[in-house]
Amino acid sequence: MQAANTLRGGPDAAGHFGIYGGRYVAETLMPLVLAVEAAYDEACRDPGFQRELDYYLEHYVGRPSPLYFAERLTRHFGGAKIYFKRDELNHTGAHKINNVLGQTLLARRMGKTRIIAETGAGQHGVATATACALFDLPCVVYMGATDIERQKPNVFRMKLLGAEVVPVHSGTATLKDAMNEALRDWVAHVDDTFYVIGTVAGPHPYPAMVRDFQSVIGRETRVQLQKAEGRLPDTLVACIGGGSNAMGLFHPFLDEPGVAMIGVEAAGHGLQTGMHAASLNGGVPGVLHGNRTYLLQDEDGQIRDAHSISAGLDYPGIGPEHAWLHDLGRVEYVAITDAEALEAFQLASRLEGIIPALEPAHALAHVAKIAPNLPRDHLIVMNMCGRGDKDIFAVAEHLGVRL
Amino acid sequence: MSRIAERFARLRGEGRAGLVAYLTAGDPDPDTSRELIAGLAAAGADLVEIGMPFSDPMADGPLIQAAGQRALKAGMNLRRTLAMVRHLRRRDETTPFVLMGYYNPIYRYGPQAFAQDAAAAGVDGLIVVDLPPEEDAELAGPARAAGLDLVRLATPTSDERRLPQIVGGAGGFIYYVAIAGITGTRRADTDAVAIAVARLRRFTTLPVAVGFGIKDPDQAAAVARAADAAVVGSALVQRLAANLDAGGRARPGLVAAVLGDVQALAAGVRWARSRA
Ligand SMILES: Cc1ncc(COP(=O)(O)O)c(C=O)c1O
Repeated sequence: MQAANTLRGGPDAAGHFGIYGGRYVAETLMPLVLAVEAAYDEACRDPGFQRELDYYLEHYVGRPSPLYFAERLTRHFGGAKIYFKRDELNHTGAHKINNVLGQTLLARRMGKTRIIAETGAGQHGVATATACALFDLPCVVYMGATDIERQKPNVFRMKLLGAEVVPVHSGTATLKDAMNEALRDWVAHVDDTFYVIGTVAGPHPYPAMVRDFQSVIGRETRVQLQKAEGRLPDTLVACIGGGSNAMGLFHPFLDEPGVAMIGVEAAGHGLQTGMHAASLNGGVPGVLHGNRTYLLQDEDGQIRDAHSISAGLDYPGIGPEHAWLHDLGRVEYVAITDAEALEAFQLASRLEGIIPALEPAHALAHVAKIAPNLPRDHLIVMNMCGRGDKDIFAVAEHLGVRL
Repeated sequence: MSRIAERFARLRGEGRAGLVAYLTAGDPDPDTSRELIAGLAAAGADLVEIGMPFSDPMADGPLIQAAGQRALKAGMNLRRTLAMVRHLRRRDETTPFVLMGYYNPIYRYGPQAFAQDAAAAGVDGLIVVDLPPEEDAELAGPARAAGLDLVRLATPTSDERRLPQIVGGAGGFIYYVAIAGITGTRRADTDAVAIAVARLRRFTTLPVAVGFGIKDPDQAAAVARAADAAVVGSALVQRLAANLDAGGRARPGLVAAVLGDVQALAAGVRWARSRA
């Protein structure tokens, strides 16, 4: 039951956030999806599970990640006070590991002996390969052939970590196709395999489970900002691929009416060009990858290719909880172009000595738009959800620099 | 009585199982596809299953994925699929046509409008792969109102707790997916199929069709001994693909080659029980 007076009670028992979410999977997978749900419910009731996860988050990932006052950027924009939640300092360089450790511990609890994952930018693949190295589990990562080409450092990392990286050539050879292929693998390995999904999408319970694992970001932020400023933030900003880092930051604040939230989608070459990855700003509701949500699609319901300079945002869907929050108007969803993100990427590097991943560079580009017009006591927290090492080759190419 | 029920009643009367032939609508192009599907019944298919092409067919292997891609590239879409069925129905009053595919194109079309248009075109049943019983109410209502059977899938992972829920709202027949896997990959183990079909029959009186992993007449015959129908898809699509030129266009013998396979499969299914 979704309680009437909270936005944090979803989804309902069948995994629906309003009309979104659900379990749209092949019958072969239904018993598996139900088993994951049962195991997750049980784990949530077991304090030992959270203790074990907390142990690894602290000692292996390095949590809590700092909440950092970006003083020079604040001065540069001349308005709102800007904080970065520094999840780029996590082991493996992004927020993805928070969720991966949770799911991997769950897989172990369920007695699963083989892990599969999809990846776009490679960050989720690297995080999964890392957890599998740590827990000695065989790991297969599906990655679109197009993404393999533009994220070579992460492909090599996954291989070093002992994972098998399987190139996906079907469809458009990007993240959505990698997810299709992972689902096909799961259908064919029902007995021993756990599918570690990298964002707040997929069939129930994944959107809620991934959100719960990522909510450590928002919970820490709340405590840290209380300590630094003695109050709640005014505005939260996070980039959106599938929406896991954003959900993780937003969720603990959803019932605070004074906290504004902005999700930043990738506008690619521009929303009007059709070459973008902005599911909420440029899509309509549909069903894909196990859930109902906003999707980029044509009149016939065929899924359209997403376009973004950032492989991590290059997904034609978005988590169902975001679709619901969008319809409710609780979260504002905007879009930032490739060019704007590239500019923010360089700005953070020069002014703060932080090379951001291209994904949070989108969030920063939106901060750059709003911060100058906000008062100096307005507190913005932006999720710096990944570091940019993986992107330097792609960025150099866009800037016309040969490495 | 619906065409599907009538057809299974007739098969029972003849003391044999049926052959369900699957092809993707519009593969490799709308004209060839129409000619091909129009020939299936005469070649011995007892029911015809028509794939609705989708960009992201997550339960399908490379063969049917490629079929869908060819069809979409050739301009196929859901409206044209229904138009094709309308055309086929004018020439064939009795063969059941079952549409198989994924939910998103149907959802985009509108479940209500789709069910009405499909029924009006002469469709008899729907199989929507990514719509488990938990989610199918939205389509089941309009489908039932329009007189369409919503066929449900049972799989090797459907346990005895789940089967009552699956067969409870099922229409037409139960589609037993013979392998835990995607289409066109593993070979079905026909002994395991016989056991699974026997178990299913404890839960339902609906006919049971078995598909996924049936590749040749011998295997179809083995399945036909246990089930009410054998479904063959990827093997036909593979034959179709083998008769394309380098540019993906149909070569002259394509239709005859695919229908030849259908004849052989139909013969296997027809002889199955007399040989047993
Ligand atoms: C650093 C970083 N941020 C964001 C994303 C997008 O995912 P999500 O929207 O689920 O946070 C990715 C995905 O690969 C990523 O690597």
